[in-house]
Amino acid sequence: MLVDGAANARTVVAANDSARAAGLRVGQRLTAAQALLAQFDAVPYDPQGVEKWHRFLAAIAYRYSSEVCLLPHAIVLEVSKSMGLFGPWPRLESLLRADLTDLGFRHRIAAAPTPHTAYVLAGVSDGQAVLTADVMRRALRHVPILKSRLPASAASLPGMGIRTLGQLMALPRDGLRRRFGAELLATLDRLTGDIPSGLENFRPPDVFDLRVELLHDVENQAMLVFPVRRMTADLAAYLAGRDGGVQRFLLRLEHRDGRYTDVPVGLLAAERDAGLLFEFARGRLEHVVLPEPVIALRLIARDLPAFVPTGRDLFDERPANALPMAQLRERLRARLGDSAVYQLGSTTDPRPERAQQVAATANVALEAHPRPTWLLDRPIPLRGMAPLILSGPERLETGWWDDGEVCRDYYVVETAQGQQAWAFCPPGEQVGWMIHGWFA
Amino acid sequence: MAAILALSSLIEARQIWRGREAPARVGDQPTGWKALDAILPAGGWPDASLSEILLPVDGVGELQLVLPTLARLTKHKRSVVIVAPPYVPCVAGWRQHGVDMRRVEIVSAIEKEGLWTTEQCLRSGSCSAVLAWPHQADDRALRRLQVAADTGKALAFVFRDRRHLSNASPAALRLELEAMPCAQIWVRKCRGANVPSQPIPLTRYVH
Repeated sequence: MLVDGAANARTVVAANDSARAAGLRVGQRLTAAQALLAQFDAVPYDPQGVEKWHRFLAAIAYRYSSEVCLLPHAIVLEVSKSMGLFGPWPRLESLLRADLTDLGFRHRIAAAPTPHTAYVLAGVSDGQAVLTADVMRRALRHVPILKSRLPASAASLPGMGIRTLGQLMALPRDGLRRRFGAELLATLDRLTGDIPSGLENFRPPDVFDLRVELLHDVENQAMLVFPVRRMTADLAAYLAGRDGGVQRFLLRLEHRDGRYTDVPVGLLAAERDAGLLFEFARGRLEHVVLPEPVIALRLIARDLPAFVPTGRDLFDERPANALPMAQLRERLRARLGDSAVYQLGSTTDPRPERAQQVAATANVALEAHPRPTWLLDRPIPLRGMAPLILSGPERLETGWWDDGEVCRDYYVVETAQGQQAWAFCPPGEQVGWMIHGWFA
Repeated sequence: MAAILALSSLIEARQIWRGREAPARVGDQPTGWKALDAILPAGGWPDASLSEILLPVDGVGELQLVLPTLARLTKHKRSVVIVAPPYVPCVAGWRQHGVDMRRVEIVSAIEKEGLWTTEQCLRSGSCSAVLAWPHQADDRALRRLQVAADTGKALAFVFRDRRHLSNASPAALRLELEAMPCAQIWVRKCRGANVPSQPIPLTRYVH
């Protein structure tokens, strides 16, 4: 049950089915409710939280329509154009329901030619769809006055014996205007669509910021996995709504007294798949050492570039369920570290130590002299008997300008064990062999 | 109880389908070594399978065995992944063998993550070949790699020390390299055919 109001005058804002069965009503004083039912959970109503989730759902709805408006406790979206893309109303409705159910929201959906009618019908019952103006007028006729969301001045109507909208609409307009003011008539006209709805379109925010408070202190990462899964799923839903992706986001693990640990998650390309985002976040999270218990989680995504789905070749030979290379790279980086996956390329420097580097793309001609297939990080001395020289020497004498001077004669040699090595010795001598690579 | 039927009559009536392994397609993955292709049952590497290469020491031509294959795959714009190599691949040398290094991904992983990485790469289906140097891979780990290679339709090459020869292996092909007295290749196991009794000489060449 949700309660709100000053400490000495709390009133019931919402009650679940079993509470209502016991006689609890919305608007009741908390003390009256306690007199009716001995035990219930009273949870304080959080208007900011409601507002936040309201806007979150509007961002989700944005996926289905470009015209989304916020009404108190409801979201209205213009679907007549969307049906061309998503299919007829029953199909679109089931898509919406599936989304809301997946996100864990209870909902009622109604469709009508005007936003305010849809709003009223959703308040009456779930799943009504009136798609033409005639059917809408008939449907409105049976709506009780109490549920028709009329201005406060209309509260006295049932006392006059006018219980449905049909009865109200049948009354002479002049008389209504005189007794109840122009606002009531305007509301009725908005219902029927005789005057424009006057709603302002919702614009989704450009930053995703979601905070989840944990029910108790969490001391190991494994317990964070479940909330993180939920949060990344929400992020993915939000991204799908604005048809964008996320390149970088931040998981903030909040501790007591305002301290927090940040876990940045960076991706090579924009992504928006819920499963992938969760996997990357979990991979990063596993490496974090928690300095103290976590009481809340926050997911902040500011960098939201456009999402470009990777194209696939029609004649692709790979299996149908193949994971694209970019995603594989992300998966490996998430677990092994950001610099774990790399490519090597040639540079124009002739010194073997500097002839290649990560992500070099210099267009270098093929080396005319023999080069090994393995390069040792640092040369190692060749012990034992003198090796058999297969080819050489190739003199490398360079680098005098940058303190990395080398002056070596390189040979291809064969060791006593039958290994072929790339070895060097000082110019002109054939002693003091140093192995620098293997012809594996 | 149903009446007892003779199996032969069922088979003759073609009511029973007898499962057998699909015949391997010949010549899909040539090794680039004519003498080796000639004696291997698949006419090259067993496709979508694990091949094990056993060596006495590093630098006896183990990469030369697979480089023609890697050159062919990278030229067709297929990715190749090298998981935790024992040394740094020398770009100039690999390019001399015709490998397009822009298609070669190198993954540095610590020992215990190596097998996981190899399996992920094989399973992903976007790598055409994965090279790995597992040190402590047991029968189970290798079997996982074999299954992953089959799932992702990739060539898996594992390079291991010769002392593992006495242990059974689920690999579809096992080759042993010998450096002394002369460089040659022994086929120790090949699925789909008997093991040849003679080694194949390995011509080492230096560009």
